[in-house]
Amino acid sequence: MALHPTAEKIQGKFPEAFVSSKEWRGDLAVMIKKEAIVPVCRFLHDDAEMNFDYIVHVSSVDYPEDAERFEVVYEFYSIRRRRRIRIKARVTEEDCVLDSVTGIWKGADFMEREVFDMMGIRFNNHPDHRRILMPDEYDEGYPLRKDFPLAGKGWRDTFEFITEGSHKKTT
Amino acid sequence: MTTDAKQKPVEAAAGHPGTGVSVPNRTLPLLRTEKLMLNMGPQHPSTHGVLKIVLDLEGERIIKATPVMGFLHRGVEKLAEDGTYHQFIPHTDRLDYICAMYNNFAYVRAVEKLLDMKVPDRAEYLRTAVAEVQRIIGHLFWLGTQALDIGAMTVFFYTFREREVLLDFFDNLCGARLTTSWYRIGGVENDISPKLVGDLYQFLESFSEKLDEYNALLETNRIWLARTKNIAVISAEDAINFGLSGPTLRGSGVDYDLRKYEPYGAYDKVQWDVPVGKNGDTYDRYWIRILEMKESAKIVKQCLDQLPPGPYMVEDPRVTLPQKDKVFTNLEHMIRQFKLFTEGFKTPVGEIYCGTEAHKGELGFYIVSDGSGKPYRLKIRSPSFIHMGAFDYMARGYMIADVVTIFGTYDIVMGECDR
Repeated sequence: MALHPTAEKIQGKFPEAFVSSKEWRGDLAVMIKKEAIVPVCRFLHDDAEMNFDYIVHVSSVDYPEDAERFEVVYEFYSIRRRRRIRIKARVTEEDCVLDSVTGIWKGADFMEREVFDMMGIRFNNHPDHRRILMPDEYDEGYPLRKDFPLAGKGWRDTFEFITEGSHKKTT
Repeated sequence: MTTDAKQKPVEAAAGHPGTGVSVPNRTLPLLRTEKLMLNMGPQHPSTHGVLKIVLDLEGERIIKATPVMGFLHRGVEKLAEDGTYHQFIPHTDRLDYICAMYNNFAYVRAVEKLLDMKVPDRAEYLRTAVAEVQRIIGHLFWLGTQALDIGAMTVFFYTFREREVLLDFFDNLCGARLTTSWYRIGGVENDISPKLVGDLYQFLESFSEKLDEYNALLETNRIWLARTKNIAVISAEDAINFGLSGPTLRGSGVDYDLRKYEPYGAYDKVQWDVPVGKNGDTYDRYWIRILEMKESAKIVKQCLDQLPPGPYMVEDPRVTLPQKDKVFTNLEHMIRQFKLFTEGFKTPVGEIYCGTEAHKGELGFYIVSDGSGKPYRLKIRSPSFIHMGAFDYMARGYMIADVVTIFGTYDIVMGECDR
């Protein structure tokens, strides 16, 4: 099957980093190797023909059975050319580190922090690498991983239960 | 600013030169200045929920603003993985609880894209009309609260007067004012009655006069002008780089509106324009929202004019829910309802992203399906969260009092921001 022209360009420019591409329901998704994420994104952003100047979201998916467990998903949009692209990269559980794209899109800052917070994937060269939605001292792990139970791991049960009137002074 | 500075004596002038009059040697305290850290929120009334901002200040100027979020984090994305596609619709109400209809719309569109489903014409028109009514409500809410936050209280009463009329319309349409859950995968929950259409027409007739009323209160209001003009300025280039969307982006002069770019619903069948600002400040965004309300009123009117007859729901027994009256009287429909809610419907394996132009910005759903009845992963691209990413950049250099204007300018809602 013929590749989508955009995917073909990425393959031509980064032959060793290109893994696969898929078009489904009108969405183009390109899988690349994680080492090449910054050069590929830089190309997508700066190249006049690509011009993906708008970052839509950064997300992550957990596939516990796979050798490369996590998939980091980037979605870009070109305001001038009005088209979308999805870039994906796989990382293993032992080495779940990627290079940050905050140098290209400043908006990636919070999005990557959320990915770290929820899935535990780290980003090199991130300016403010902290949790964002969960508390800073939270140490139960990463809630959106598939092995994290829906009800949590028991931290909430240790909270003090405040009953009605318990805050009032007893005489 | 700390005043417990060391009382360093300052040499005052020994005397006026040439006069020979000696002046007593006074010691003046030298004020030592240092940076001050101020916590704003999470209980601050103008933070639109529970947002905390750690401000680093030099005097009254902001040199760094760090948003601390997550006070309203409920794990909606995790909950989505545990329920069927239908069961997630009420969760979307609680994302941006000001504008539940548009969240419903964004979500059902994403699932329909996953299923590759075509919705009947009447449903598309109804969805568009109601979504635009919701946009008017959202912008009215923004206008009222923003004006209230920065010192113009009267506008609040006026905008909420109209909002009430529209919320009553929702009440009559679906039985709820805020948490509506009116959209369904494949259509809408119930048809609109002729009486409600009449109500809407009646509202639209007088709405532009009402808009003039708000403008009369604000247009020449010196406080409003002083507190919105040249506040929270962001250039088009930066706004795009930060991923801003909606009126926040269009205020900077970027003509980015998904309703025009990737038309959905009935937006490509009606005549309307995208208002675009120039200076990228809060004042421009205010005008964009006012103009958008006018455009929304136009869209609603045209949708009602052109409302085609026909079904308001796809007839696809594998996916769509049966009519409520049939569920209670017909065994087959009851079984179908039961199975749809316990097992859900099977979706094709794949992944989609579907962005919708909600009144705050681009609200997107990224759904990964593994072919089962539940989403394998559901990611919500919420505009409020992404707008907060630009907060530090936009707040630097402004005064403390402007913080309220700056997060007001995004129209953030923490339910959507923290999810």
